[in-house]
Amino acid sequence: LSATTCAGSGCLPVFLEGSVFTVAVASSDQHSPITAHSGSHKATDHGSHNNTGKAFPVLDLNYENVRVPFEISLWVLLASLMKLGFHLVPHLSNIVPESCLLIVVGLLVGGIIRGTGETVPPVLDSKLFFYILLPPIILDAGYFLPIRPFMENLGTILIFAVVGTLWNAFFVGGLLYGVCQIGTESSSILSRIGLLQCLLFGSIISAVDPVAVLAVFEEIHINELLHILVFGESLLNDAVTVVLYHLFEEFSGIGSVTLLKGFLGVISFFVVALGGVLVGVLYGILAAFTSRFTSHTRVIEPLFVFLYSYMAYLSAEIFHLSGIMALIACGAVMRPYVEANISHKSHTTIKYFLKMWSSVSETLIFIFLGVATVAGPHDWNWTFVTVTVILCLVARVIGVVGLTFIINKFRIVKLTTKDQFIIAYGGLRGAIAFSLGFLLNKEHFPEREIFLTAIITVIFFTVFVQGMTIKPLVELLAVKKKQEAKRSINEEIHTQFLDHLLTGIEDICGHYGHHHWKDKLNRFNKKYVKKCLIAGERSKEPQLIAFYHKMEMKQAIQLVESGGGIKMPSAVPSTVSMQNIQPRPSTKPAPERAIPQLSKNKEEEIRKILRTNLQRTRQRLRSYNRHTLVADPYEDGLSDLFLKKQKMFQIEKKLKEMNTYLTVPAPPPDSPTMCRARLASDPQAYSIKPASNKVPMIQVDLASPQSPDSVNLLDEFGQANQQEEEEQGLMMKPPSRPREAKKPSEEDEAKDQQRLMRCLSDPGPSADEDEDGAFLP
Amino acid sequence: MGSSSSSRNKIPNAQELMRQTGFSSAHLLRLHDRFESLDRDNRGYLSPDDFEALGGLAMNPIGGRIIEAFFSSGIPWTFPPLSGFWLISVQLTETETKKEHSKSSPAAGPGSSNLYDLDRDGKISREELLQVLRAMLGLQVTEEQLQSIAERAIQEADLDKDDAISFDEFKKSLEKMDIDTKMSVSFLK
Repeated sequence: LSATTCAGSGCLPVFLEGSVFTVAVASSDQHSPITAHSGSHKATDHGSHNNTGKAFPVLDLNYENVRVPFEISLWVLLASLMKLGFHLVPHLSNIVPESCLLIVVGLLVGGIIRGTGETVPPVLDSKLFFYILLPPIILDAGYFLPIRPFMENLGTILIFAVVGTLWNAFFVGGLLYGVCQIGTESSSILSRIGLLQCLLFGSIISAVDPVAVLAVFEEIHINELLHILVFGESLLNDAVTVVLYHLFEEFSGIGSVTLLKGFLGVISFFVVALGGVLVGVLYGILAAFTSRFTSHTRVIEPLFVFLYSYMAYLSAEIFHLSGIMALIACGAVMRPYVEANISHKSHTTIKYFLKMWSSVSETLIFIFLGVATVAGPHDWNWTFVTVTVILCLVARVIGVVGLTFIINKFRIVKLTTKDQFIIAYGGLRGAIAFSLGFLLNKEHFPEREIFLTAIITVIFFTVFVQGMTIKPLVELLAVKKKQEAKRSINEEIHTQFLDHLLTGIEDICGHYGHHHWKDKLNRFNKKYVKKCLIAGERSKEPQLIAFYHKMEMKQAIQLVESGGGIKMPSAVPSTVSMQNIQPRPSTKPAPERAIPQLSKNKEEEIRKILRTNLQRTRQRLRSYNRHTLVADPYEDGLSDLFLKKQKMFQIEKKLKEMNTYLTVPAPPPDSPTMCRARLASDPQAYSIKPASNKVPMIQVDLASPQSPDSVNLLDEFGQANQQEEEEQGLMMKPPSRPREAKKPSEEDEAKDQQRLMRCLSDPGPSADEDEDGAFLP
Repeated sequence: MGSSSSSRNKIPNAQELMRQTGFSSAHLLRLHDRFESLDRDNRGYLSPDDFEALGGLAMNPIGGRIIEAFFSSGIPWTFPPLSGFWLISVQLTETETKKEHSKSSPAAGPGSSNLYDLDRDGKISREELLQVLRAMLGLQVTEEQLQSIAERAIQEADLDKDDAISFDEFKKSLEKMDIDTKMSVSFLK
């Protein structure tokens, strides 16, 4: 395995959709020209062995061609297998967070490579990191950002992100400079580090890293507020980091600092941040608009989401704006509109692709971090490193405590000491800091290696020590955990109600606060924006309805997946042979699934149907009894079965109508909701399974003679009948019989079946048509 | 200091109010100004049409209910009760659970009225829920959809199967929502 991967030596990563990205080698110094060997593996050493009777190579080895993609795939495979392995080992993932394990793996791999004598590849190349590994993680975070808590806490998050990072940077940088000057002799390397370099170092190291925060916080499941605070901070401080980084890099290059430049720096901060957001919003709107027209090309819908987001990121990077903020803004803006437009499958695709990519990226980042540590180059300086670590911790704590004190004056829900501790403790540094350090130019920064070593040490410290101990600390401090949020429709209704209420109160108070502006934004959104960006009828759909549809969909899918319940025959021709009826799946329905009960309304309706049908058919059947049905001692049972068949038909019709209650809004059938609701055009799939026994279970499985279901029908019917006191005339069978004989012998069923088959397979034609006619409403 | 003392003179029982409600004098002054601007005929107390004149409330789907809730308790809305109301206005829908609070400020607002429960029977029936939904969702949805949403909502929350949501059930269904943090309005200093 040749160790120089392309990542390090001047290649141009080109992002391609698909699972494996190829890297074009810009400067190829390979010994053999890579001509287009389309599948044929001829030996490539020309000239030396021309026509010397060389045998035609049946099996040949040509590794050079595939080396780059091969190695990339190997890395990705390694990362994925590691991830797999961690979860197979019991208890490991509970104690040690995944990120630590992955770094260790990286260290091992690096060690192995070094052990075999090869040079360790500089895998965590900054270009690779910033253009390929980082965007999926950020997009995943931005697309699924919980907007509501984010917006509610935006002020706090911004203060932490901006002021906190600034404070950290200057504190660490300044004090470090002081220590370097004072603490060491003037000849040591440390004293040669200028103030600007120190400040630059401070700005690199002070930024809380979203990747690390995500990796660790995901496993500890703290409550939403803390999660969004730390996570939001880690996302938004990118703008500050970018500005500071470029500022100090520029300054230390030039060497002179003027007030004007400082002022320009402040302005550039706003430009970077707001510009990034603006770019993101633009692309988000474009994506939403594009998705409006994708109803005929559903297959590439996810592609648009990914492409537009990535373009937003790259476009922001062109102008040195904050790419991360652009990506977040793009994802957050486009999501509500895109989700209203795209199909359900595309939605799932987007979700899973994002999760997959971000997961792989995260794994790779940590592994590469380990490898890069082994690769070096290192310059270990005890003073520098230890002072850095200590200063980082101290700065973070002071920053958080101080800022919280100020913030709490403006917050309604104050941040407690526990919260502050978690926020301070959750300030993890990660690969972004390393990559930024890696980007430093060696000529301008001779102390680059010292910096890198210190950065890596801080990263290791925060990820290992803080990452590992935060979980037990959370338990110890009894921090509120994340609630298992299955948002019910009640919550949604009341949330909206509350919004209106609070807006109303604010109106009364004459106070233009949070709710007032939110309300205004919502109105604007509804009136103008939605009309443009959402296709068709969905643009008028209020949020509550959309939410309701989503929930119904979820439940419908759950019903299908649970496999139980009634499978209605799709089209019941009246000449029904029982073969038409689908056999119930052999798995017993798990009664404990979270399946909605049929509401009373529907129960009423069903009972009504049953009642009316039964009465009618009963009367009819009396007249047909002698002709169509073979007289037998099980006559009652048979007529029951007969009736059931008819009733089924009725119910199916009624349920189809009721389906419209549940999933189909009035608007025309082309809206994605409807298509989604059709559930793969399988009307059977929408089974209604009542969890209670009150509603008769209509399990028609008479085709398979061995099934006990036919008798269940009798059971249920019996029960249903018992509850209907009005049904005096409906003594279809002695109620006692099914109640006791829950599962009569197979023999009985078999007989029933045969008789039924017999009778139905030989009905008189007139009887059939009459049956048909009789039972159609 | 001069202006604030004079303003305190404007408001009767300012000290008392401040103590009761915990607002600062600046707050109180601001609320009083608001009160005066609302009370257009200078009657010294507020009446429904004062509220209805507020544009925002007119647009608000539940504006009518809010107004009703204000005035249904029969308390004449002079300033002191109003300031007290503003303090506990956030507790409008959780009156049962917050009875302690409403007791502590005797000039309390609509103590036992409920913005959902219009007929005051202590339960939110399906009809009432439907009305709320109708108000919020307006004409954009069909009656069927409203029905099904209301049904579903009741299904989810109704534990004793009486086809209505009692206060306890209401509380329970929202306990995940962490309502206390949400039901708060912040005033600028």
